[in-house]
Amino acid sequence: MAMLEIQDIHTYYGNIHALKGISVEVERGEIVTIIGANGAGKSTLLKTASGLLRPRSGSIRLEGRELTRLPPHEVVREGIVQVPEGRRIFGRLTVLENLDMGAFTCSDRRRNAENLERVFALFPRLKERSRQVAGTLSGGEQQMLAMGRALMANPKILLMDEPSMGLAPVLVDGIFETIRRLNEAGTTILLVEQNARMALQIARRGYVLQSGAILFSDAAARLAENEIVRKAYLGEH
Amino acid sequence: MNAESRERLPGLRLGLVSGACLVLLTLVGIVEAFSQREIVSGVLSMGEGLLFFTGLFIAYLAADRGLRRAGTGRALAAGLVCGLAAAALLALLVLLSKAVNLRQVLINASPAVFQMLVFQREELEVGLALLLAAGLLTGAAAAGLRLLPPVPRRAVTAGLVCVAGLGMLQDTVYPVLSSWGPVAGLADLVFEGLGLSPGGAVALFVLTAAGAAFWALQGAAVRGRIAGLSPGGRRGLRIGAFALLALVLAILPQALGLFLSEVLTIVGLYVLLGLGLNIVVGFAGLLDLGYVAFFAIGSYTVAILTSPELGFFSLSFWQALPFAVLFGVIAGVLLGIPVLKMRGDYLAIATLGFGEIIRILVLSDSLRPWLGGAQGIGKIPKAEIVGFEFGGPQEIYYLILAGCLLVGFISWRLRDSRLGRAWMAVREDEDVAQAMGINLVAAKLLAFATGAGFSALSGAIFATKIGSVYPHSFNVMISINILCVIIVGGIGSMPGVIVGAFALVGLPELLREFAEYRLLVYGAALVAMMLLRPEGLWPEATRRRELHEHEEQAGPTPDAPAAAAAGRP
Repeated sequence: MAMLEIQDIHTYYGNIHALKGISVEVERGEIVTIIGANGAGKSTLLKTASGLLRPRSGSIRLEGRELTRLPPHEVVREGIVQVPEGRRIFGRLTVLENLDMGAFTCSDRRRNAENLERVFALFPRLKERSRQVAGTLSGGEQQMLAMGRALMANPKILLMDEPSMGLAPVLVDGIFETIRRLNEAGTTILLVEQNARMALQIARRGYVLQSGAILFSDAAARLAENEIVRKAYLGEH
Repeated sequence: MNAESRERLPGLRLGLVSGACLVLLTLVGIVEAFSQREIVSGVLSMGEGLLFFTGLFIAYLAADRGLRRAGTGRALAAGLVCGLAAAALLALLVLLSKAVNLRQVLINASPAVFQMLVFQREELEVGLALLLAAGLLTGAAAAGLRLLPPVPRRAVTAGLVCVAGLGMLQDTVYPVLSSWGPVAGLADLVFEGLGLSPGGAVALFVLTAAGAAFWALQGAAVRGRIAGLSPGGRRGLRIGAFALLALVLAILPQALGLFLSEVLTIVGLYVLLGLGLNIVVGFAGLLDLGYVAFFAIGSYTVAILTSPELGFFSLSFWQALPFAVLFGVIAGVLLGIPVLKMRGDYLAIATLGFGEIIRILVLSDSLRPWLGGAQGIGKIPKAEIVGFEFGGPQEIYYLILAGCLLVGFISWRLRDSRLGRAWMAVREDEDVAQAMGINLVAAKLLAFATGAGFSALSGAIFATKIGSVYPHSFNVMISINILCVIIVGGIGSMPGVIVGAFALVGLPELLREFAEYRLLVYGAALVAMMLLRPEGLWPEATRRRELHEHEEQAGPTPDAPAAAAAGRP
């Protein structure tokens, strides 16, 4: 049984049918990526999975537990944690305060201290700047902070929404490298990306989303070879 | 930026702003209203002082800009030009007043005020020359002040503020001082007529300046010595300071007399209201413009439950108080539910409407048998504890003080609690707060409910203080005033609420001439605050950081180029 099972989800914005019966599975320890054009429904899918949007029908299960109707703050407690699109760090708070905020659901101090050590080990840059106001960090550092903040919430699975968005090309490689290290350290990741080439390089499997429906899915390496994917998403001819 | 560097005459722009301010002050009548009072007897009236200090302040800003841009010479030039330009505009106004009868349109443009502007000279030319000279001198003084090294500058500023403050408040300070046996003689020396005596002013200036200079030079050493004390010693010092503060708070109404105690109770009520609104606006970031509604609910609950006039119940104040707070909390939740999904402007408008609904309800004729209608409800009994009646302002003071201490303590604990952190996250970013596992609905409703409870508490005290409630006491201006108090004090900061309440509510009570110009002063204060000190008088740490981060973190960072590159992909 897969760790995260999303089954036949239908999500609407008012009358707009944004997700038309989507099913996605993520196994423990995997990186699964969802690629697709702007407006295909990638972010909607992540928001539905984390409870920020409520699907009209379908089900979301984590380790067999039904989460479909839970409000977002309880979904976090169950272990689905989102790294939001555009980073959305708390710009006026310090790096440390941001990380603290990530640990909001967990009142076990020793566990929080351990998590903090883990985050600082992954991102030594954040440790150097722990007293700095987060809004003054560079884009790459802010992305690290957004990931670190999510890790503080003890995620079983991390939902990452466009982590490379708005970053200088030189930093994008670093971010994907970090995602791979996170995964090697045991975090399961569902990754939504427009940068399909990079996403398919680090993911094990991938889904191609188009107009709110899954076009097809396959192992990432095979998707990268697929004629349609190469034409539509990798910009090759 | 370019427009300013192209400016040919340094300080001209600010000088014209300054002149416009002075002309406005003159034409709305503040200057004349204040010239009845004196800062230094026979030397400087408050009207003149107002013009002088406004001109001085703006010329100081001009000199400051000049100094930053191009050094000493330009600073001096900017100050002089600014002062002269301001005086020139005033001179033009005087000339205009001689040519046409301004009074037909501007009723406050009286001959007396123009006579004052030309230093009471009969010959217009001499008067105008004096006016321009005064402008130049003011500009020079401002530039000189700006060019002083920091320590003497701070000393002079402190001296000026002290003299101006005590002079303006002569009619409140003098009676109090002269009623204290040992210092009565001293008070007679310092004060004279309706202001300070010239000698007293000089002495005060010198003393304050010396004190400020001492603190500027030795303050760090004193603080260092305190920090160097043993933990026991430091705790002793803190206990001592608290004991002193408690003693002062306890004897304040007796020491200050009836009038000032009344002012204190009004300020205290605003502190209470401000602390409550600070939770909603400052902690949780929910802009609530209908805050007066809960104040009204608290007041009316006490009135209905206690007043024999309606005759439903005749509870005592203490029996009614819990109901008042409870109904406030319930109303807070009821208002909160429909506006849960609203943000920013929409929330402000919706809450504004709620405030009006409550006012119109209590005003309504059909509800008159229960709520008293336009005539309100009277004969609200005084609060009483074992025979001690909270009757006059000197007694009510203690009730309000207790309320403030209680509410202050609760907000302080809440701020550092888990709930406080949740509020902070909601204020910064609602969506992410949810994604961090914060229950948005609970956090928002708790903020509304807590704030409403505090507001209802102060409403209850207000009802027993006044003895009657009327719909017109609960208009939207109260909400706006409270909001101004917390903005001027510093949003989210609790000491800021106290400072803001004294500045915006206390001072106008003491300067009765202000009453008419209250809104003007509020507006000017808000604009000035936003331009010069947007974080408030006593800001909360996070906000200060946000608005001054470029100053604090000016040092070069190792990867500044990388950061710049990341910002522009």
